[in-house]
Parts: sequence; C-alpha cells; structure tokens
Amino acid sequence: MRNCQFIIQLLFLIGINTVARAQYYNDAQNHACLKCHSNQSYKFHNSLLETEEKKLMNPYYIIDTTALKLGVHNQFDCTDCHSYDYTTYPHNAELKLEPLGTCLDCHGGDESFARYQFEVIDEEFRKSVHYQLYEDNFTCAKCHSQHTYASTTRISDDVLKIVEYSNNMCLSCHNDMKRYEMVSGHENPKIVQIHEWLPNQELHFEHVRCIECHTQVTDSLLVSHNIVGKEQAVRNCVECHTANSRLKASLYKYQNLQQRSENGMLSTVISNDSYVIGANQVPLLNWLSKLIFILTLAGIIIHTVFRILKK
Amino acid sequence: MTSTNKIYFYPLWLRIWHAINAIGIILLIITGISMRTAEESSFISFNVAVNVHNVSGVLVSINYLVFLIGNIITRNSVYYIVKPKNFIKRPLKQAYYYIWGMFNGMKAPYPLSEKRKFNPLQKYFYVFIMYVAVLLVIITGFALLFPELIIEKVYNLSGVFITAVLHSALGFFISIFLIIHLYVASIGKTPLHNFKSIINGWHHV
Repeated sequence: MRNCQFIIQLLFLIGINTVARAQYYNDAQNHACLKCHSNQSYKFHNSLLETEEKKLMNPYYIIDTTALKLGVHNQFDCTDCHSYDYTTYPHNAELKLEPLGTCLDCHGGDESFARYQFEVIDEEFRKSVHYQLYEDNFTCAKCHSQHTYASTTRISDDVLKIVEYSNNMCLSCHNDMKRYEMVSGHENPKIVQIHEWLPNQELHFEHVRCIECHTQVTDSLLVSHNIVGKEQAVRNCVECHTANSRLKASLYKYQNLQQRSENGMLSTVISNDSYVIGANQVPLLNWLSKLIFILTLAGIIIHTVFRILKK
Repeated sequence: MTSTNKIYFYPLWLRIWHAINAIGIILLIITGISMRTAEESSFISFNVAVNVHNVSGVLVSINYLVFLIGNIITRNSVYYIVKPKNFIKRPLKQAYYYIWGMFNGMKAPYPLSEKRKFNPLQKYFYVFIMYVAVLLVIITGFALLFPELIIEKVYNLSGVFITAVLHSALGFFISIFLIIHLYVASIGKTPLHNFKSIINGWHHV
C-alpha cells in the first residue's frame, strides 16, 4: 500500500514537471506577458483616468508564440530571464537598465553543454568581422534569438531547410535597413547587387548558407563563428566545385546529413538535395567510366596492331 | 583513279555542320571533364570552363537544328533509315568484318555507294548518337542551364542531381563514340582518306 502511494506521488510529480515544462506558452492569451506581447495591440486599465485603453504594440516587442514554443528555451518562463517586476504594468522605466544574461552566463563552463563548445564559439566570434567592428554591441542574440532559436542544423535532414534557417539569420539584419543601421550606423549594402558576380545567384542562395563562403572553416567547430567580410570571403569557385569540396567540411559535415547519405543508394552526401558540379562524384560511375575508356583504348590499340601486322 | 569512282558524298552544308559540331563537341568534352574534375591547379579555370561549356552547348544545339532541318529538306535523311530486314544480322556482319574479315582477305560486306553512305553498323551508331544521345544531352543541358525548370525531387534525390548525372553519362558515351568514330574513320583507302573526304566532300570508292 505504501509502495502504491509512493508510485502515485511519483507519477503526480512527473506529471507536474512535464506540464510545467510546456505550460508557459500554451495559452498565450492568459499568459501575464504574452497576452500583450503576442498581439499587435494591447489593452490596459488606466487607473489615473479610470478608463480602459487600447494601444499598438511596438512591433519589435511582439513575440512569435509558435516559434517560442518550438525554440530550445521553451521550458523557461519569461521571468526566468527578465525581471519579475515586468509582471506589473506600466513597466518600470529603470527595468531597461537591467543587464540581461548572455549565452555564456548559462552555457559557459557547463559540462552538460560542453559538446556545443560555447567557449570556442566565443573565441571564434571575437575574431569575426562582427566583433571587430561592433565589439560588445554585437551580442549572440543579434543572430540567435533566445526566444525562438531552434537547433535546426543538428537535427533536420532537409538541407534546404537548414540553409533557409541559417540564411534567414543573416538576412534578418543584412536585408533589413533599420536593424542593420542600428548596429553599423550606415545603410545596408544590397545583397543581390554585391553578389552579382556569383553565377546562378538564386540557386546558390537556396542551396548553400551565406557562412559557407563568409566564414573561415575550422575543424573543431560545426559552425565556424569567425564571420569574414567580402575581402576574405571565398570567391574561388573551385573551393566548393571540386571532389575535395569545402562544403564537405562545412554544410555537409553534420552527422545527421552524413548518416542519411550512407543510407542513400548513391552514397554521395550532396546528392539528396543539390548538385554541386565537381563535388558530386559517384564512385561507381567514375569507376565504370574509367573501365569503359580503358577497354575502348585497348580495343583500338589491338585493332591497330593487327592492321599493321596484316598489311 | 578516275573521276567515275569519285562520289560527292558530303555536300557543303553537311561539311559545315559537321565541322561546327566537331569543334563544339570537342570543346564540350574538354570543358565538361575540366568541370567534373575541377581542382585548384586545373588547366582551364572553372569560370572559363563553365562559360565555354555554356556557349559551345548553345552553339551545338543550334547546329543540331541545322542537322534536323537539313535532313528534312535534303535527301540526307534516307541514309539514316534503318531497314527492318536482317535488323541484327546486318550490323553483326559488318562487325565481323572489322574484327576478323578485314584481316583475312574478306571484302567489305556493305561497300559504300551513292545509295549507301553508311554501312549498317555505322548507321546504327549514328542514329543512336544523333537522334537519342545528342538530343537527350541537349535537353538535359538546357535543363541544367535553367535549373528552376527541373523537378525538385525524384524520390529522395535531387532532380538536378539526376539530370546532371544523366547529362554527364550521355556526355561520356558521346566522348567514347568520338574516339571510336575517329578511329574507324582511319579505316579507309588510306588512314587519312576519310578525313580528307569530310573536308573536300569527295569520296573515292
């Protein structure tokens, strides 16, 4: 009986825990923060005038609740990171001055996150053009929104989705005049125009990530965070379009993609979603073509010898 | 050699078509191999290879239309008609001649004449190359030039990948054909005789 009670208590606790992990954002309309921050407008009671007021929400403060629920931080409630004082409205103006936690505050030096190599990422990032130009103004969150960040690249087996997710991170600033100007202080260069030299531009943009050319690939990291500007970016086609393609050390380095290719009938990692001239080598066809070529030459040589001998 | 056993085999339009086709296809083979096996130290840079391949491909395609139209409006098409009678036996007889007969005093089983420009084996090869392989290589080539036209996925493989593999495989077979074509062309009255014929148009029988 006592055992039974213990099991019931345990199940109850597990139940609470599971619900607690997912509960925060399930009912946005009744969530203390999201009832305003997931909508275009919000209502509040003006206690001074004793009126109900409706105002437009600052578009940069509207949270995508679907992405929030799918994000890696979905088990945290808003006030786990933001001050609890935000639960009252109007928000206290001084709350803006409160420092927010950075990625390394939680993930740095933690064994359970060691495989993500946050410290190495930080070192690499400090060499990047983003840090060199904008220093601490350029936080991780500029690319990886803590609210919605999802680990697409490590999990997905759809290269095109990985590419789209990654490139949208870059384009969220590089294709947005206001966000770009806020950090850099000048207008953003037009992506299509500055990449005019790139043949089949649209195809490249859909099938490879910006960082394929705009990073210095390192063996130790899955994603190099040393983002380089146009001066150091790859412009030599053969770096990717060759049997020893650079893409194999970057985009196609992921185990989830590697494994999928091993199951594929042509055992070539790139073939499932793209075709990269020079990099797509099908070993069986290469071998067969060499054999046919050698047999043809051998036939011709033997025939020629007979022609000379029988003349 | 009298003028009576000389036949005007290759009219001017056909010789011009053949010359453009030859140069175009040789350029396509060289640049195609260069792109497929691209390396830092390639003899031709990747950019140049891509551009030359694209331009040559379009030229050869236009030239292919010349071949089709030429065959429709002249009598040249009759040489490509395959007779159903002895469909297998005829080319085998010619192959036997090339492999054994010509070294053992056998006379060519299908001597060329005004009515017969190609022997059966040659005819089969030409029909396959010109009406199947080259046609498919042109279609797949244009598909690769405008990849947005290609079906995105065929089962779990990229449509572009399949098109590209088919294009390279066809290109490879055309290259093998070219090697055999050049070699067999040397089996004439003299090793250079057939090469001269395709330049001046006259064939000695």
